[in-house]
Amino acid sequence: MIRVGDAARAPEFPDAARRALGNAQLRRNVRHATEVIRNKRAAVVGEMADWQALRDAAHEIKDHVLTYLAVYLEQFEENCTRAGGQVHWARDADEANAIVIDIVRRHSEREIIKVKTMTSDETRLNAALEAAGIAPYETDLADLIIQLGHDQPSHIVVPALHKNRTEIRELFQRTMKLETLGPDPQDLTGAARTFLREKFLRVNVGFSGANFAIADTGSVCVVESEGNGRMCVTLPEILITLVGVEKIIPSFLDLEVFLQVLPRSATGERMNPYNSIWTGVRRGDGPQEFHVVLLDNGRTNVLADEKSRETLDCIRCGACLNACPVYRQTGGHAYGSIYSGPIGAILTPQLQSLEHSTSLPYASSLCGACYEVCPVKINIPDILIHLRRKIVEEKGAPLGERMAMKAAAFALNGSSRLSIAQTLARIAQRPFEHDGRLTNLPGPLAAWTVARDLPAVPAESFREWWKREREG
Amino acid sequence: MLISLFITCYNDTLFPETGKAVVRVLERLGHEVEFRAAQTCCGQMHYNSGYAADARSMMRLFLRVFDGADVICIPSSSCVAMIREHYPKIADDIGDAAIRQQVEALVPRVYEFSELLVDKLRVTDVGAYYPHTVTLHTPCHALRALHVREQPIRLLRSVRGLQLVDLPRSDECCGFGGTFALKNADVSVAMMADKIGCIHETKAEICAATDNSCLMHIDGGLRRQQSNVRCLHIAEILAGREGREGREGQEGQEGRQEGLKGSGDV
Repeated sequence: MIRVGDAARAPEFPDAARRALGNAQLRRNVRHATEVIRNKRAAVVGEMADWQALRDAAHEIKDHVLTYLAVYLEQFEENCTRAGGQVHWARDADEANAIVIDIVRRHSEREIIKVKTMTSDETRLNAALEAAGIAPYETDLADLIIQLGHDQPSHIVVPALHKNRTEIRELFQRTMKLETLGPDPQDLTGAARTFLREKFLRVNVGFSGANFAIADTGSVCVVESEGNGRMCVTLPEILITLVGVEKIIPSFLDLEVFLQVLPRSATGERMNPYNSIWTGVRRGDGPQEFHVVLLDNGRTNVLADEKSRETLDCIRCGACLNACPVYRQTGGHAYGSIYSGPIGAILTPQLQSLEHSTSLPYASSLCGACYEVCPVKINIPDILIHLRRKIVEEKGAPLGERMAMKAAAFALNGSSRLSIAQTLARIAQRPFEHDGRLTNLPGPLAAWTVARDLPAVPAESFREWWKREREG
Repeated sequence: MLISLFITCYNDTLFPETGKAVVRVLERLGHEVEFRAAQTCCGQMHYNSGYAADARSMMRLFLRVFDGADVICIPSSSCVAMIREHYPKIADDIGDAAIRQQVEALVPRVYEFSELLVDKLRVTDVGAYYPHTVTLHTPCHALRALHVREQPIRLLRSVRGLQLVDLPRSDECCGFGGTFALKNADVSVAMMADKIGCIHETKAEICAATDNSCLMHIDGGLRRQQSNVRCLHIAEILAGREGREGREGQEGQEGRQEGLKGSGDV
């Protein structure tokens, strides 16, 4: 089954957003964190003279890959296999989870250590592993916080962005039984280190996602900040990597572009502290068994629509989330998907063929801040509009909206009709007008006047004034 | 120069004073203004909401109405962005070479009001007088689609008596976003609250912009909060003249605060 976390069961965005807006602490946390990353990103992007050229290059490479996806996937499989890796193909979330569980079971293992991976959140791998009696341990600090708190990630790069230090300290005190844990960042990371180190040394199966899968070498690349990832991909005997099919890049040389744009966009760093690239297996060094699971899970549905396929260009940097004024108000949970923010608003519904999450393409004022910062130049506002169009034409918009739009289109289809509509509006507004303002309108316009006045339609329109003044 | 005014549907209906101010400023500068009465709407609301077929017919109407107009002035940055960014895509969608040609010919003839003054007519001092403290909101479409940021600043800086104060976080959306303001009213209002906070920080009396749609939203919030700050389209400030300022205050558009109105002679 194609699945994007729990998105199919999520409430509509406006309802979830309303709840989030009522949480002042959450909003303070999100605002502070996005602001910090945004400023760091702006500083390191600003120092790049060729930033726009890099964006163009990144976009072109990704578009090229999408055009020849099958070719590059097979090339990757061939080169990875030649280097000693084993490649599996998964049509959807369930198939991917089953492949992973099967590998772990074959080795009679009961635990795995995980590097941060959004894709396994997409397939809900942890729940599937637990149901199969296998314990997954998240080793990325933020993902560990999410796992210990039975929480959901609220940001693509910084999953626990909605939590502040005090909340994390309380969580660690409770779940790690550390009543005397101090409040400083060093205390918290120290606690996580002690908690995780023992697992790094004991657990025999590592699991990762991939930032890039490189076709011409069959290599996999993971970038990270904490070093936990490096341990997960080097210490265990067995390593499993889950890769969305769109993560393919043609050549090792293409990393030149992506390893410049990704860290600067994601965390505001010139380079990630840890850049792990590995190819197959090497006797006596690192994991002795390496599996790659190539996942579709709706990606080929996205690929099928030429007008919006560039959604798959995404390298999951999260810059659009940090730039988005809507995300900044609501945080990520309101999107009901592990992919939140502007990219989530276009990716989540498309992966599910617009069967679910159809309120997400409307969760944007179309301000364009996302497109401006996107390092691979995904025209998110245009895709939002395209998805709205598909919803209107294929799924059907709500009746009230359709009627209002039809009426507006009728009135705007000729100037005499518009004049009549203006006259009718003047009559209709009379019961609601006070001092030239409308403050309490019924129906759908109540959503406007609940917190905003609306100017009343004045006695004379511009066209009437012109006619009287200039042609009369 | 003969300048054809596309007033836009919502300015025509809700903000006629903006249109009158545009006419005053352009005529004061010695230009002739025409108003083609058959005009209605650029189709932006329908296009952005996914009603592509309706937007298409509005584009066709626009093309017919403004056929042969050499310079088209639009006092709304988002409507200009609609034409410049999306009309070519709609034309591609229709797949008719003649329509495509008409759109290609149209796009370079369309100017946002402040862009027309500064970039095309090469004027920054329009002889205006407006003795108030003003801050400038930059609509997202002006900022990111049209790259019209400096033009209104240069125009306002040349207005006598006017003190221009920078708006903090001026690259952030005010939360209007067309139907977004209704479909996601709570988020829209939360974004507006941030914008209003920034406006109040400036201590300005007036928040100006090149687009009444953002201003309708911000002004609606300001009034609901009983704020004394008012919103005004930049054209109405540029129309203000010494001795004339506030002349039409009594009979002017309802809802515009008396005394702060630009107005001037017609």
